[in-house]
Amino acid sequence: MPESPRSITRDEVAHLADLARIDLSDAELDHLAPQLSVILESVAAIQGVAGDDIPPTSHPLPLSNVFRADEVVPSLTAEEALSGAPEAEQQRFSVPRILGDEQ
Amino acid sequence: MTATDWTRRTAAELVDALAAGETTSVELTQAHLDRIAAVDGAVHAFLQVDTDGALAQASAADERRAAGSPASALDGVPIAVKDVLATKGLPTTCGSRILEGWVPPYDATVVARLRAAGLPILGKTNMDEFAMGSSTEHSAYGPTHNPWDLDRIPGGSGGGSAAAVAAFEAPLAIGTDTGGSIRQPGAVTGTVGVKPTYGGVSRYGLVALANSLDQAGPVTRTVLDSALLHELIGGHDPLDSTSIDQPLPALVEAARQGATGDLSGVRIGVVTELGGEGYQTGVLARFQESVDLMVKAGAEVVEVSCPSFVHALATYYLILPAEASSNLAKFDAMRYGLRVWPEGIENASAEEVMRATRDAGFGDEVKRRIILGTYALSSGYYDAYYGQAQKVRTLVTRDFEAAFAQADVLVSPTAPTTAFRLGEKVDDPLAMYLNDLATIPANLSGVPGISVPSGLAEEDGLPTGVQILAPVQADDRVYRVGAALETLLEQQWGGPLLAKAPTLDALRDGSSLASSGTGDQA
Amino acid sequence: MTETLLSFDDVLERYDPALGLEVHVELNTASKMFCGCATVFGAEPNTQVCPTCLGLPGAMPVVNRTAVESAIRIGLALNCSIAEWCRFARKNYFYPDMPKNFQTSQYDEPIAYDGWMDVTVPIDGGDDETFRVEIERAHMEEDTGKSTHVGTTGRIHGADYSLVDYNRAGIPLIEIVTKPIRGAGAKAPEVARAYVQQLRDLIVALGVSEARMDQGNLRADVNLSLSPKGSGTLGTRTETKNVNSFRSVERAVRFEMQRHAAILDGGGSILQETRHWHEDTGITTSGREKSDAEDYRYFPEPDLVPVAPSREWVEELRGTLPENPTARRARLQTEWGFSDLEMRDTVGAGALGLVEETIAAGAAPQAARKWWLGELARRANDTDTEIGALGVGPADVAAVQQLVDAGTINDKLARQVFEGLYAGEGTPEEIVAARGLAIVSDDSALGAAVDKAIVENPDVADKIRDGKVAAAGALIGAVMKEMRGQADAARVRELILEKLT
Repeated sequence: MPESPRSITRDEVAHLADLARIDLSDAELDHLAPQLSVILESVAAIQGVAGDDIPPTSHPLPLSNVFRADEVVPSLTAEEALSGAPEAEQQRFSVPRILGDEQ
Repeated sequence: MTATDWTRRTAAELVDALAAGETTSVELTQAHLDRIAAVDGAVHAFLQVDTDGALAQASAADERRAAGSPASALDGVPIAVKDVLATKGLPTTCGSRILEGWVPPYDATVVARLRAAGLPILGKTNMDEFAMGSSTEHSAYGPTHNPWDLDRIPGGSGGGSAAAVAAFEAPLAIGTDTGGSIRQPGAVTGTVGVKPTYGGVSRYGLVALANSLDQAGPVTRTVLDSALLHELIGGHDPLDSTSIDQPLPALVEAARQGATGDLSGVRIGVVTELGGEGYQTGVLARFQESVDLMVKAGAEVVEVSCPSFVHALATYYLILPAEASSNLAKFDAMRYGLRVWPEGIENASAEEVMRATRDAGFGDEVKRRIILGTYALSSGYYDAYYGQAQKVRTLVTRDFEAAFAQADVLVSPTAPTTAFRLGEKVDDPLAMYLNDLATIPANLSGVPGISVPSGLAEEDGLPTGVQILAPVQADDRVYRVGAALETLLEQQWGGPLLAKAPTLDALRDGSSLASSGTGDQA
Repeated sequence: MTETLLSFDDVLERYDPALGLEVHVELNTASKMFCGCATVFGAEPNTQVCPTCLGLPGAMPVVNRTAVESAIRIGLALNCSIAEWCRFARKNYFYPDMPKNFQTSQYDEPIAYDGWMDVTVPIDGGDDETFRVEIERAHMEEDTGKSTHVGTTGRIHGADYSLVDYNRAGIPLIEIVTKPIRGAGAKAPEVARAYVQQLRDLIVALGVSEARMDQGNLRADVNLSLSPKGSGTLGTRTETKNVNSFRSVERAVRFEMQRHAAILDGGGSILQETRHWHEDTGITTSGREKSDAEDYRYFPEPDLVPVAPSREWVEELRGTLPENPTARRARLQTEWGFSDLEMRDTVGAGALGLVEETIAAGAAPQAARKWWLGELARRANDTDTEIGALGVGPADVAAVQQLVDAGTINDKLARQVFEGLYAGEGTPEEIVAARGLAIVSDDSALGAAVDKAIVENPDVADKIRDGKVAAAGALIGAVMKEMRGQADAARVRELILEKLT
């Protein structure tokens, strides 16, 4: 297997939190990093359990080809769509300024 | 007590009483609302009680019945719904601050079916935040208390639904089970909970924790009630691509057949790996007693080995966080829910607001799992973690297939212990995760399972449960065997296990705990 | 900031360009990729949205069958293999335009892969050149919403806040990705343009999209890298996003080639990044840096089940394809064994279909070509008539050739048959009979004509008697003249030689 059970560093937790868009405070990092290490060491035990010949299961049931016909069904009203919006303007969701590009 | 206490009746009994004209939906809905008002301050099973809505639906149900056209067998019987299912017009929080006050503009399919069938919705039940937990202590709105001992956990994540039913606040409830969140609370509260075959009940509108594991199902006090509810909410839904496009087996019929207590010809497999070390003595004793009873009723017992099950927990804690980390990305303060502006930043950007909101809106357990899942999916680790977990999942399924070649159903204790004390494991994630040891394999492979009360552990007098698992789409078997076991045990006990639970009536008589109706929900 | 550019000629002297094109095609399905919301362009904001495309908690996707069919048809038209089994995957990244903060896309299992498209590149003052563009994949995904930036500048940077309309979110997209296009050299900008243009024509012919670049139905991203001439390596690439016209595709490639070369010449290295194309100034500017190895954390979408198109379904869809003109030409050329010149002449004469039908009616390819490009093209020219409107069809031509093949007539007599056909004298067989055009191979009739020719050409006969066999041709010509061309030339020669040697 590619690697042995490993722990996770505080810096790695900070990087992952960044990827997951969560602003962890220093106190949270101190608290969560060791817990995550323990969990990770525990779950890492499955490495090597299944060989290369074992196919992965992504769906519990072997279904395929579930489609809908290309037919229009009624949408929500704009009012319903915007009902949960923290802020709305001109029938649009108002969001803080967007930095950076779409990917 | 002078008047009939409708809250002590099973749903099947209420159906009969309604049909016989002995009561009305409004009367029994009101009785449950009164019970909620009396005891829920202490139990805190509900996050939201919809008094007006429930009574309006009850009134409509009475009109239909008076007109001779009830919408379904359960028309007029009230129900509680776990707060993870979208309810149009009724707040849905998933036990999280990040969704505080969110009122969905649509109904989950399960909820739509309940409404169409005429079941008044009493309210939304408490849960671990986004269903992450086994104790309901990870709810952002405070824990639910076990009606058997208010200092103890009611299980989780669906502790609210189980406690509501156990405390006679609702005859029926809907739960969801990703790794045991219906069955384990059932076991520790002395109630019945069923996780249907994956794809057997629509997930549309169920706020996903782990899409490939989640399944909604019945939470009740009897096996027959679960079957009645399951038939009502189950079946194909074109809005859920993973829904099985085939009719459900005859579940109510299976439950009625099982209730005769005859198990002749049924092969019962005891799973070696789901017992022994790590299981409480009293839990194992009650389990053995149940197995012995089933043998006496004509069942043949075989021991089966499922060697991959020892890896199920680790597999689960890779697949679940991975899927969850992606599912929970949508909670970003842009379209609904909480929006927190970071402190000390002038004209913060969308990204900064996302980060601040997600930090403030998610609890510790959610953050732990999001980070774990982000890690498991990140490039360089995918094959070693998520990819490997998906393969072990295949091995677990193969173990089930081999076991079901030897036995019609598999049995084990539902949970390794009885209810522990609130706070005991809340900051020890691994210890908490062990509660789901026996229930997780079923979710990994999509097989159906039921938890049936199996008595009280001698050492602490708290409820234990037996889990019965059947092959995919053979949900009828869990009802047949579950109902038989229920009958056999109740014959032995001289009545339902819940008759032994504290009545909580003291709370009705003006205890300070009863003063607040719906707990600390804002 | 002004970029330093190297002259295009200098770029080509020192570097080889490698191109890569990613084209997003917005399908014209009535409903969205994963929900039943309408896709009407220009609707009021947030009126074509539902729990699924708004990413509301609990909502789930269901795949639009027509979108899958369109994806397969595009794949087939691009000569791709169609996956027997493939899945959707989640591409995880945060952006306010994207309601779920993941895009439902396809990752390592695209529905179509390994195809190609032959692109015709016009060359100034010369013949068109065909350039084969290899297609890496075509996969299904969904579009994002649209944000309007409100603030002092009206642009993303410096905006105070943004307003988002999710009507576009969830509209089906097909992303078509080429393999690195190498060896285009000086023609790289034209190849890029021609590819996008001809891809658009193909999409339009398929009827799966409006494919209007100006409306954003078709969006091109241009990847470009340079490597030292002849090195055979691939350099660091930049990706220029949302190039919104064919002309801009060409200009953007040219600009990036010149910009890269200037940096490399100066000893610098290319930053792997996204660039923005500015239509007005004709330059690209730096966008997001890509070096931070975006981690999209792809995994199979657990709310959807695999797409496993049966081979029957794929073949059924193949049957609905309009044949790509380039592909058709290539196929026919191979089948018929025509040279490039013969093929180009056939196409140039507008006779491709006529030749194809003539061959289908039984004629050999070269024979079919010969009649259509010779006798019939001349007739069309002389009479200023469309070649397809001469009153002589592929079946007639095939019948004439059949008579030639059978030895009933020869090519010279066949021209008389065509005369009869132009004059509406009946079928080729009827004309041969009516005009008495059949070749004579009967020895008694031929013998008399040979004797007559020998008598009339004593000096020629003497030469043959002296062993100059080659002189026989003159006597054969005399016999043919006597017989009005209807003699069996081979037999005539035999008879002459028998009599004189």
